[in-house]
Amino acid sequence: MCGIVGLYLKNKALESQLGALFEPMLIAMTDRGPDSAGFAIYGDEVADGSIKLTLRHADENYDWAALADSAKAELNTAVEWFKNSKVAVFKIQSSAAIAEAFIAKAAPEVLILSAGQSIEILKEVGLPVNIAETFNLKGMKGSHIIGHTRMATESAVTMEGSHPFSTGMDLCLVHNGSLSNHNRLRENLKREGIVFETENDSEVAAGYLTWRLQQGDTLNEALTNSLKDLDGFFTFTIGTRDGFAVLRDPIACKPAVMAETDDYVAMASEYQALTTLPGIENARIWEPEPATIYVWERSSH
Amino acid sequence: MKTINLSEQTVRDLNQALHDQAIECTEREWEVLEPKGQHNIACGLDQNISVDIKGPTGYYCAGMNKKAHITIHGNAGQGVAENMMSGSVRVKGDASQAAGATAHGGLLVIEGNAAARCGISMKGVDIVVKGNVGHMSCFMGQAGSLVVCGDAGDALGDSLYETHIYVKGEVKSLGADCIAKEMREEHIEELTELLNRAGVDEDPTAFKRYGSARQLYNFKVDNTSAY
Repeated sequence: MCGIVGLYLKNKALESQLGALFEPMLIAMTDRGPDSAGFAIYGDEVADGSIKLTLRHADENYDWAALADSAKAELNTAVEWFKNSKVAVFKIQSSAAIAEAFIAKAAPEVLILSAGQSIEILKEVGLPVNIAETFNLKGMKGSHIIGHTRMATESAVTMEGSHPFSTGMDLCLVHNGSLSNHNRLRENLKREGIVFETENDSEVAAGYLTWRLQQGDTLNEALTNSLKDLDGFFTFTIGTRDGFAVLRDPIACKPAVMAETDDYVAMASEYQALTTLPGIENARIWEPEPATIYVWERSSH
Repeated sequence: MKTINLSEQTVRDLNQALHDQAIECTEREWEVLEPKGQHNIACGLDQNISVDIKGPTGYYCAGMNKKAHITIHGNAGQGVAENMMSGSVRVKGDASQAAGATAHGGLLVIEGNAAARCGISMKGVDIVVKGNVGHMSCFMGQAGSLVVCGDAGDALGDSLYETHIYVKGEVKSLGADCIAKEMREEHIEELTELLNRAGVDEDPTAFKRYGSARQLYNFKVDNTSAY
């Protein structure tokens, strides 16, 4: 069992409250996933030609300033950064490939949690309430956010095994369910050049989407193909630069509920997670159909 | 009327107060405020009382109900009225999956849509859905009736025993051993009575009947060679 929550703001005036609106949603799903939690927040975009990386080091006192200085010197470019607990967000004026290659070489012990122009992924082991507190979730701003509370079934309780999983530039995935063909699929994807950090089944789903997108699929095509190639139970929520998508497997054992008002679209594993949203009493509320892709995106890009 | 607000009291407090009515009935009418999708609201009741829940409920609301008449003024989560024995449950909104699962008796009315597996393994309950039902509804249904005023999803009535199924709209596909059957006079009567009890205004002659082909009941001797 796990919990999934997502909130996409249609009303830009609410963007300064995104974290505050989302925090109780994440915490409400503690019963479904008390062992780890995480979220991917979108906003604070860097300009074209720049890249934003979310980096993590196990040591909270890691010298990020030194790494930033070294990036400036080595790449001969502007680097802005800020620290949040064990995570740092680096905004680098370069391509993703160059920036990621630099990190891999200069600081191989630093984990890249996400890369893109908008996305930041923050996740840890522990109760959702503690993770929200650690990262000061309620103070965060942005356009949309998806989150996950984990109750591990298929692999160990570690930060690496917690969600969201990055699936490419500005893309990530959270998963409720369990995949039964993840071992074979992981081996197939490794041959295609996809790199895995854990034995986690959800990471395989993320890797699968990364691979399909690399093959030229649109997000819709990649998700349609996942219905064919992924065996098991899943409700996925996929964060994109402009919004999010929801997909349930054809059997649809894993729950999902959606709510929409003029101000937002929200999804959650259970209605309990939606009760604190403004105007929820009059929202349109429905259960997403099995094997059906739902996408909400703003069309600014 | 007694009112319990679930922002001030726990679901356990509520259920205990409702269970106490089985020993000595002191209040026939109950109202539950601010359910906020909590699980197990008004489960295991055993008294002829009415309970009005003013908002959406979580999993297993009105589960194991006996004698009580429970109305949910909102949507219901998974397994509403699961294993109901008697009494009635009415959902004013939609119901999530497995509504009325394994229920032995009573009446379940869903005024909106029901999701997948509505009436799974039902054993005597009557279920009336004003909207649509999802896939695998009535899976292994043994007794009772399922009435669907809208459409039914894939694999309706898969591995069906003797539940009577009536659908007004489209059936996406029938499950194994479920077939369309002739609508005889006694079925019109049964359906008329079900619609009346549910307070649903529909023309019984507009429905089609589905039931078991009874081909999965016994081991087929032709398959002996498989062993």
